Amino acid sequence: MAEQIEDDHSTGARELVSFAIGEQDFCMDIMLVREIRGWTNVTMLPHAPSYILGVINLRGAVVPIVDLASRLGLTPLEPTQRHVIIIAVLGNQTVGFLVSAVSDILGISPSEIQPPPKVGADATAGFIEGVIASDDRMLRILNIAAVLPRIQMPEEA
Amino acid sequence: MSSLDDIKQMFFLECDELLEALNDGLADIEASMPTGALDPEVINAVFRTVHSIKGGAASFGLEAIVRFSHCFETVLDQMRAGKLPPDAENIRILQRCADHLADLVAAGRADQAPDTATSEPLVAQLNGLIGDEGRASAEPVQVPEPEPEPESDDDDLSFPPLAIPLGPEDLAAPAQMLYRIDVTASAELFATGHEPVHLFRELAGLGDLTVRADTAGLPDLETLVPETPYLRWRLELATDSGEEDIREVFEFVDTLATVNIEQVEPETSATIGPASASEAASAPRNPSAESENTPLPLTAAKQSGAAPPKTAAAEASAPAAKGPKSTVRVDLDLVDSLINIVGELVINQSVLTQSFSEANVANRADIGSSLDEYKSLALQIQESVMSLRAQSVKQLFQRMARIVRETSEVAGKSVQFDTEGEDTEIDKTVIERLIEPLTHILRNAIDHGLETAESRLAAGKSETGTVCLSASHRSGRVLIEVSDDGAGIDRKRVFEIAASKGLIAQDAQLSEAEIDRLLFLPGFSTKAAVSDLSGRGVGMDVVQSAIRKLGGRVAITSAPGRGTTFSISLPLTLAVLDGMVVDVAGQTMVVPITAVLETIRPTRDDVHMMGSTAQVIKVRDTLVPIVDLGLAFGYRSCGLTVTELVLLLIETEQGERWALAVDRIIDQRQVVIKSLEGNYGHVPGVAAATILGDGKIALIIDPEETAQMAERDLPAPAPLLTAIGE
Amino acid sequence: MSLKILAIDDSRTIREMLRMCLARAGFDVHTAEDGVAGLDCLDAVDPDVVITDINMPRLDGFGVITAIRENAERTALPILVLTTESAQDLKQRARESGVTGWVVKPFDDVKLIAAIRRIAST
Repeated sequence: MAEQIEDDHSTGARELVSFAIGEQDFCMDIMLVREIRGWTNVTMLPHAPSYILGVINLRGAVVPIVDLASRLGLTPLEPTQRHVIIIAVLGNQTVGFLVSAVSDILGISPSEIQPPPKVGADATAGFIEGVIASDDRMLRILNIAAVLPRIQMPEEA
Repeated sequence: MSSLDDIKQMFFLECDELLEALNDGLADIEASMPTGALDPEVINAVFRTVHSIKGGAASFGLEAIVRFSHCFETVLDQMRAGKLPPDAENIRILQRCADHLADLVAAGRADQAPDTATSEPLVAQLNGLIGDEGRASAEPVQVPEPEPEPESDDDDLSFPPLAIPLGPEDLAAPAQMLYRIDVTASAELFATGHEPVHLFRELAGLGDLTVRADTAGLPDLETLVPETPYLRWRLELATDSGEEDIREVFEFVDTLATVNIEQVEPETSATIGPASASEAASAPRNPSAESENTPLPLTAAKQSGAAPPKTAAAEASAPAAKGPKSTVRVDLDLVDSLINIVGELVINQSVLTQSFSEANVANRADIGSSLDEYKSLALQIQESVMSLRAQSVKQLFQRMARIVRETSEVAGKSVQFDTEGEDTEIDKTVIERLIEPLTHILRNAIDHGLETAESRLAAGKSETGTVCLSASHRSGRVLIEVSDDGAGIDRKRVFEIAASKGLIAQDAQLSEAEIDRLLFLPGFSTKAAVSDLSGRGVGMDVVQSAIRKLGGRVAITSAPGRGTTFSISLPLTLAVLDGMVVDVAGQTMVVPITAVLETIRPTRDDVHMMGSTAQVIKVRDTLVPIVDLGLAFGYRSCGLTVTELVLLLIETEQGERWALAVDRIIDQRQVVIKSLEGNYGHVPGVAAATILGDGKIALIIDPEETAQMAERDLPAPAPLLTAIGE
Repeated sequence: MSLKILAIDDSRTIREMLRMCLARAGFDVHTAEDGVAGLDCLDAVDPDVVITDINMPRLDGFGVITAIRENAERTALPILVLTTESAQDLKQRARESGVTGWVVKPFDDVKLIAAIRRIAST
């Protein structure tokens, strides 16, 4: 596996972390993933949108947890000990995503990635930057920048 | 090894210190005016700051700074020499110059074009101060081209070869001239560190040199005085350099030695060249070896018997001055990272304490005392690390002094600016973020607070208005106050403006404090209400939000005819806070203890309904509105009976009281402040977050914002976060 | 053996400029931040050449030169004055106090090194 990935690397392939939300498969660029951890209880944030579960303490930093299912317009997850949190870092922002399970790390060459199909009003569509169809399943590549909560400053409040 | 770029950065850092010292010095001179007891060292020091800036700037080709500081320094030199009195008018000009110099330095640092348009009138003013004799030296100095920046840090700078004999092909060059140089040294030559050998060696670098020592003047050994030079030298130099190059070699000794330079057989130098070439080939590199008849070392003084012991002149001649405090420069990022780590340590300590107590082993004396020690050490480290970020407000105040000067000039008002508590230390970040709000308040004070000279005189006040900026530590917080002795807030006018803008009802019944607070409402300040100076399209609401972001509060007090005071109360550090840990509908939250006046367990008789849902509690003789935090934060949908709750009485900076209802009080402890805004954003009513002993996050309540939320009766606050693309 | 130089200047910028330029030329550079500090470390450094600024706090360049020359062992120690002043009377005063040479600030690396070579050698 490791060798496989290295080879892919040299040919400009992307490494993706694949995970499941309910019955659907998604993935995100491994470069964005800082760590994967089990579910812990969150501290609720007042007046937060429904997809914000709350905040957790990640080694001293306050990190908001996004229910990715709810964010993508799917049935919200009921977090349990079996669920996992993917900690992603984009720019200066660190956010945790609640998902059902993390499946695999894949090396995907750019030619395997297709543009997302136009499925009209699907709420999920805007958050998908591409899809990978393999065998019997479809892997959606998540556009992390789009699903991140936008930081709101006090004066805008 | 430093690169020139590093040194340039260092220069700008040094300029900051020098400019601070310059402002300090000018303030000292100003302060000494009434008594006339000016310490000459003060003005010397002021002179040196400008002089040092000039010197450094010249090294980097910062021409505008050099030109300006040269004129500036010339005036200071005159003042130093007692030719120019340090009176009020002159000091004002010098302060303006110091401000402008700071601008020029800032422009240089930012690689921007200097504001020479401002330099010109100031230079003219400076020249006006200089007498005729001074003017000569105040002529613009020649600034050399900036040194070419080295391509890299390597030792790639090549220096011209020195004292290297030239090859025959060079000697054959047609422009060769032959010079005969006679050198007779005086005794002082050797007493000032000179050594003719070095001069001859440098001459040898110009061409082909022969040196002959004339020993005819040597006396017998018995009559020889070691300090007296007896030798004369005759040198012959074949060179393509001009006579001025030769004179330059003797530049340092021109009055210490008789040097005659004579050009011989100018037209035949081409034939002389080869002839002397053979001589040159045999000439040893060290010309002094040529003077083999010279028994005496040239540096006679070195042999001059027993030297007196080293004098203590150095110590004695130095005026008593205390040396600078020893410091190291540390990258601020390192300090911040240290502060974060120490924050973790403190949290870890409380996690550990809690674990031990849950494991029921904390009662063991050894564990208990170790834990106590751990706690005390962790807090000590935290305190020390925090103090690394603390800075005195002095530079901030100096900057504000400048704002006052500029503003009063534009407003055409005469202003006396007083400062107090310059040594008060505050977190560096807080200081930086105070610049903007303080600037705004000061401009406002001068522009709106102080009356015109005529009105002041008519009101029986002195023509000059006073604005005072003070800083002090008060019960764990920093208090910064800006007060003026102006007319005070025109409450009638403020009310009218607010009413005309629809900020309040036309018939609203407001207390004086409430009217004053209208100034902070967004949308209060407009072009019509403000002048060019303090206006700039922003109102005091910007001040309030800037201060609030620092965890601080602003309050106004004003007395008609006597003036207005803005009080800013700030936390000592942005990193820790004494908190009351409370339970709000099952969520653990923290209320800053500084905000809590008292805790109340209400009885049924104390609580009264106002309208259908609002409740108030009678605290002594006042009715205080109750805010159920569980409802305010949306943690529960229907209110509990107030008597089941605990009330925290808080007071806003404006003196309004509110009772925040919580389910119960859990604990009181110091908590480390963690920002929510980096990863999430601002939550209304929430100042920040912290991490409790169990590792869980608790939100820190902003009591004032919470009260305001309740006041505005925000029904359901708009969703805080909106996604990109939504 | 490289030439040992003690550079005395109250400006950190100038001290670093001197250090860079002289170290590149192969000199062994020591610095001091004012006249008193310069004299304090004189024995420890035992320089072959002293370069000093004139305008300094505590003890100025003239004071440094006078103090050095008061020690008979150091009458031959070459001293260069580094100054922004080029006025003739300043040179004269420096000369009277026993200076060996002078270089005008902002200094040119080449000229400074030539001046050092003119008054000292290893």
